[in-house]
Amino acid sequence: MKFLSEYRDPEVARQYLDEIRKTITRPWTIMEVCGGQTHSLVKNGILDMLPDEVRMVHGPGCPVCVTPLNLIDKAVYLAEEKNVILCSFGDMLRVPGSEKSLLEAKANGADIRILYSPLEAVNIARDNPDREVVFFAVGFETTAPANALSVVHADRYELKNYSILTSHVLVPPAIEAVMDDEATQIEGFLAAGHVCTIMGISEYYPLVDKYKVPIVVTGFEPVDLLQGILMTVKQLENGEHKLENQYARMVRPEGNPHAIKTLEEVFDITDRMWRGIGVIPGSGYELKAKYAAYDARLKFDVNIPEAPESDSCIAGEVMKGIKKPFECPNFGKACKPETPLGAPMVSSEGACAAYYHFSGMLEELETVQP
Amino acid sequence: MCLAIPGKITTIESKYDGLVQVAKVSFGGIIKEASLEMVPHAKVDDYVLVHVGVAISVVDEAEARQTFKYLEQMGEVAEELNIHGFLPDQKEYS
Ligand code: SF4
Repeated sequence: MKFLSEYRDPEVARQYLDEIRKTITRPWTIMEVCGGQTHSLVKNGILDMLPDEVRMVHGPGCPVCVTPLNLIDKAVYLAEEKNVILCSFGDMLRVPGSEKSLLEAKANGADIRILYSPLEAVNIARDNPDREVVFFAVGFETTAPANALSVVHADRYELKNYSILTSHVLVPPAIEAVMDDEATQIEGFLAAGHVCTIMGISEYYPLVDKYKVPIVVTGFEPVDLLQGILMTVKQLENGEHKLENQYARMVRPEGNPHAIKTLEEVFDITDRMWRGIGVIPGSGYELKAKYAAYDARLKFDVNIPEAPESDSCIAGEVMKGIKKPFECPNFGKACKPETPLGAPMVSSEGACAAYYHFSGMLEELETVQP
Repeated sequence: MCLAIPGKITTIESKYDGLVQVAKVSFGGIIKEASLEMVPHAKVDDYVLVHVGVAISVVDEAEARQTFKYLEQMGEVAEELNIHGFLPDQKEYS
């Protein structure tokens, strides 16, 4: 219980752990979909504290990890075009492309800027009317409204030099993809809290019915995660499958109607390629035809051939919860944060990076195989 | 990247000839701009949950303080607000 004393409420955390131990009678496999939750589970030592019967597997909810290789190559290409200022969240920069990462392109002199918000990119476009500004718009439902709003702002300012390269992905179709995989052993899900702050919870009812699995909308702090796990375990032990909301203090059933309206205004639902996983039908957003002028892919007619993925990276299996990061033969050896072979070793939300930085797995691995 | 940080609205001003309303939000003393377009009823002194420069919900003060304290303890605030970094030169852009 090394980190328990640092929690918001250590006593409550202890009670949840005790109750999980008392409730559980057999092993259960539970997936947390969101990479932020993976990060919190590993960083806070929760995986070590849970009883062995709780088998947590880590989901595809890492936007950086699932952004296709080809899009990274496109971003690199755009950044190296003379007149483009490529703006991105910091996490994307180290992800290996087929030839280089954005960070390497930046080191070679490409104008790449790391931003906190897509709205800053619009302001950069305003301030640089003679340059093209492209924002690399990755993210799940939590981030999509901000990226959509950047297009709304650019439209309001009548900017002609702003566009976004979208890689927007959605949680519910990812849950379907994970459950439709024959190798899946997942019996319950923690759904991502802030995704539901935006979207509400109604999309998850059909999934609970279709796959007969409990889904508990859960927050990010240790006490949230422990309570979410307890709620899931209770349902599993009772043979139930319901949608429950652990994170009601931040998640209203209807979500944020203003954000949903903005998403509907700007985006259409489309099929999306998930790196390591493949195409998932209806799993992402693309700009609506009326905003086509802001679509970097159409604006620049970038034709970069699909490069083959490294076949030594098993990110797909890791993100579907079939394998754990340390079951990858490259983990901590050929693949480290400084020399990543795959995106999950780069992003702070990637399961491989989380295990590498925060868990004792690496030492264990090294003692077993010196 | 999917974290959202609670902060307190200190001012709301209109920018670019009134085309956008921008709030200054204090995250434990660190001031960042945030859009209130997803929470149009938010007022000065309200606490809002902010994700990548956009407020996504209004939260009560006690909840905001507790969440912030936790995130700060865990070292997540600086990372999410992009105020110090794993990349040496990002300050010039933030
Ligand atoms: S450890 Fe590296 S190579 Fe293995 S799955 Fe993770 S990112 Fe891919």
